[in-house]
Amino acid sequence: MKKIIKLEGLCCANCAAKIEEGVKKIPGVKEASLSFMTQRLTIQAEDGKEEAVVEAARKVADKIEPEAVFKVLR
Amino acid sequence: MTKKQKKMTARLAVSAVFFVAAMVSEEKITYAWLLFAVAYLSAGYDIPLKACRNIIRGQVFDENFLMTVATFGAIAIGSLEEAVAVMLFYQVGELFNDYAVNKSRKSIKELLDINPEYANVIREDKEEQVDPYEVEMGDTIIIRPGERVPLDGVIIEGASSLDTKALTGEPMPMEVEAGQNVVSGSINLNGVLKVQTTKLFDDSTVAKILELVENASSRKAKAEMFITKFARVYTPIVVGLALMLAIVPPLVLGGGWGTWVYRACSFLVVSCPCALVISVPLSFFGGLGAASRRGILLKGSNYLEAMASLDTVVFDKTGTLTTGEFQVSQVEACRGTKEALLELAVLGEYNSNHPIAQSVKAAYQKPVDTGRIGQVKEISGYGIQAQVEVDGKWHELYIGSQKLMDRQQIAIQDPVSVMGTTLYLADETGYLGAIVISDTVRTDVPEALAGLRKKGVRDLVMLTGDKEEVGKAVAQKLGINLVYGNLLPADKVLKVEELLKRRASGKTLAFVGDGINDAPVLARADVGIAMGGIGSDAAVEAADVVIMDDAPSKIVDTIQIARKTMAIVKQNILFAIGVKVLVLVLVAAGYATMWAAVFGDVGVSVIAILNAIRALSYRRK
Repeated sequence: MKKIIKLEGLCCANCAAKIEEGVKKIPGVKEASLSFMTQRLTIQAEDGKEEAVVEAARKVADKIEPEAVFKVLR
Repeated sequence: MTKKQKKMTARLAVSAVFFVAAMVSEEKITYAWLLFAVAYLSAGYDIPLKACRNIIRGQVFDENFLMTVATFGAIAIGSLEEAVAVMLFYQVGELFNDYAVNKSRKSIKELLDINPEYANVIREDKEEQVDPYEVEMGDTIIIRPGERVPLDGVIIEGASSLDTKALTGEPMPMEVEAGQNVVSGSINLNGVLKVQTTKLFDDSTVAKILELVENASSRKAKAEMFITKFARVYTPIVVGLALMLAIVPPLVLGGGWGTWVYRACSFLVVSCPCALVISVPLSFFGGLGAASRRGILLKGSNYLEAMASLDTVVFDKTGTLTTGEFQVSQVEACRGTKEALLELAVLGEYNSNHPIAQSVKAAYQKPVDTGRIGQVKEISGYGIQAQVEVDGKWHELYIGSQKLMDRQQIAIQDPVSVMGTTLYLADETGYLGAIVISDTVRTDVPEALAGLRKKGVRDLVMLTGDKEEVGKAVAQKLGINLVYGNLLPADKVLKVEELLKRRASGKTLAFVGDGINDAPVLARADVGIAMGGIGSDAAVEAADVVIMDDAPSKIVDTIQIARKTMAIVKQNILFAIGVKVLVLVLVAAGYATMWAAVFGDVGVSVIAILNAIRALSYRRK
């Protein structure tokens, strides 16, 4: 399943790259991409693991860029 | 400016005032350090705090940490002026980054402000205003002047003009009337329209476009990936060098700790990778925005990269180079005038609804005296046999393919043209002449192909399901150098694979199709370009680049935008890395001060961003 998350207030391009790297390492993530400009994090997660993946991604984002608000769009 | 940005501006203004005051009075008063302290704290009191917080969270080496160490180091060795300058200018740079990024996010958002907010739906004879999501397929909706078309549908009542500029980049309004399709996202300009919806909102054009554009930057260009990888190694290396610079030379050469710590702190200032990391996605984003303003949607910045180095462009003939509409292109009369021959053809074909007959009728614009048409017999697969009156005498007329002429044992002259379909005419006395009907070439195809050649595209290729001779004739006229005919849809994939092997290394191949039946080919090419994306989901799904109107010349625009964007990206990468390395070398050798380091960080960042913003503007050359 594809999950789309918006990181509102993401203002550091290097952090975006770090978050993307971090999310890619979460178990259950097949593919992840974070666009700094659109502030959208797109995750291809393995079926059934979506919830856990999103929670882990939230932690990664909070750790690296605590100012960005983590909003699950879909 | 946002609230946060306004607050920051005020803080920086205060800081700047105290900074100047401190510098002026440094020699005169003993408490000048207090002024420096106020200037420092006003500009960046939060930076050391953030650095601490992030270290606790396990994030070392972020820019907050680097700036904190650099400024604290400068303070420790008594370079107060530099410490404040570093902090002040770092924050100015950050503010500028923030402003530029927000601004370009906003301008793209405005560009794509095509989302309809509501729909007026008729339920139980009453009109209701609802969210477009709630409208069912087949519902009737009302669209008033000034309103946005919320869902794709068919007009059942009314006529109007639609503004499709936001969708196609086409400034001329489109005239529509009952029976025609309307596309969601366009704006109704004057008449009231009653429309029956044909899709759910999620499947409507507007939803598809928004989805595509919002996901656009998730497919990243190689340059973008390079820069994030570079940043990941760059910062630790520079920090490592800084550490060595602070410790090794004083130990080896003895003494002079202050000088070397100063140089090490300058290193830390330059070690921030932000200028690089931010300017590259910003440039690509600008490029994607410039393209969508012209009705060209790209699914990722990697396709901008690919479009910049096109070498081969493969076109599907029907629907792409040609409109798929047939027109009389040539009339060859053997006896009598061309006019008379066309008239005979119209009389014979008058009652036929075949597309060929339609185009013959369209070519003959005069009224037809139906009293002159006698018995008409359709000979399936061959043509038509009709009785027609000419000058008071009835003739037996044969109109059709070469097979019909063969069957009637009528000798025809050499085929007049290989382009398109030839309609032969004969009567009981013999051969009369021929009419050639061919597919119309899109008006801006010659311009598009000439433009592609000018941009250095080596091979222009045409694939067609038609006979190869027909294709060749069209191709020759247009300046296409390779033609493959008699192709089934599956053959097209094989041909494209063959062509992929032929292209020069480092170059790319694009396939241009209309999205109907060519999804596998679109997917196989380096770049799949679909035309006429409006209303065709298949095209939007399968292609990498969607040209919203039917203009092949937009491919040339895309190349131009792609090249400009790539040039900006390269300039930024070279400039930023170049300046940073130069500053590092000069600082290490003692030829540059911490001020140069500030330029290497903030100055480079600002210049790179200003350069990146250029990508958003595009003018056709």
